[in-house]
Amino acid sequence: MLHEYRGHQVDVNPEGFLTNANEWSPDVAEALAEEAGIQLTPEHWKVITFCREDAAKEGQPPGLRRISKLSGVDTKALYRLFPKGPGKLASKIAGLPKPQGCI
Amino acid sequence: MTTAVLDTAALDTPTPVAPATKAPIEHIAIICSKGTLDMAYPGLILANAARMSGIEATLFFTFWGLDIVTSKTVDHLHVATVGNPSMHVPTMIGGLPGMEAVATSMMRKEMEKLDIPDVREMIEMLADSGAHLYACRMAMDMFKRTEDDLLPQVEGVISAMDFFDKAAGAQIIFI
Repeated sequence: MLHEYRGHQVDVNPEGFLTNANEWSPDVAEALAEEAGIQLTPEHWKVITFCREDAAKEGQPPGLRRISKLSGVDTKALYRLFPKGPGKLASKIAGLPKPQGCI
Repeated sequence: MTTAVLDTAALDTPTPVAPATKAPIEHIAIICSKGTLDMAYPGLILANAARMSGIEATLFFTFWGLDIVTSKTVDHLHVATVGNPSMHVPTMIGGLPGMEAVATSMMRKEMEKLDIPDVREMIEMLADSGAHLYACRMAMDMFKRTEDDLLPQVEGVISAMDFFDKAAGAQIIFI
């Protein structure tokens, strides 16, 4: 279904994840974050950028452990940045699908 | 004389059913009572998945589950090859010397392939994620362990009644 974020029309699934990562833009990320009660900081952007780059390379969104190992933002910080669940939210705000792993 | 007539029309009309409300889970409390490797992971992975989704997680380690948070045993948990029907080996064979070690190293390798950390790292990850870990006082007394024997991530040694207080509002899972 289509949803408008700051003038950008994007297609989202019922859980609110973008179905096409190419429709994502930093503006959309800000709006998605706002929806989750998050004001994006440079630290958030570090995570979002890592997630998008990693997903482009690997073909799937990174799990939380992968983010904590490779992005330079550790587990504790990830939970501070995305208190309502970094596993889902980091991917969602980065315009990626919901990660399939449990770790 | 009037005969009571069964009003079939009323029966045919479906009774309105309130739509099932799907309240999101906000807190899970997991009781880990087993200390084998194959029984340790499910609770830890579930708790981690809960935290990743923003669900509060409380873990209570009791009976043999204490081994999961005991410094000396955490790196040496074994897969049970006897009395474990999912092993698909006859019990008599499962009991042969070395079988447990083989099964354990196989499971460790498979977990590694899936990029699932060892139990010690899982516990660290859970504590970092804000999950709450508690050891059972009665089990501690039974196995003659002190707080010094436990991993630093364990927040406290509490009674079962304390656990239920901490699990207020949670969905409780027993493993």
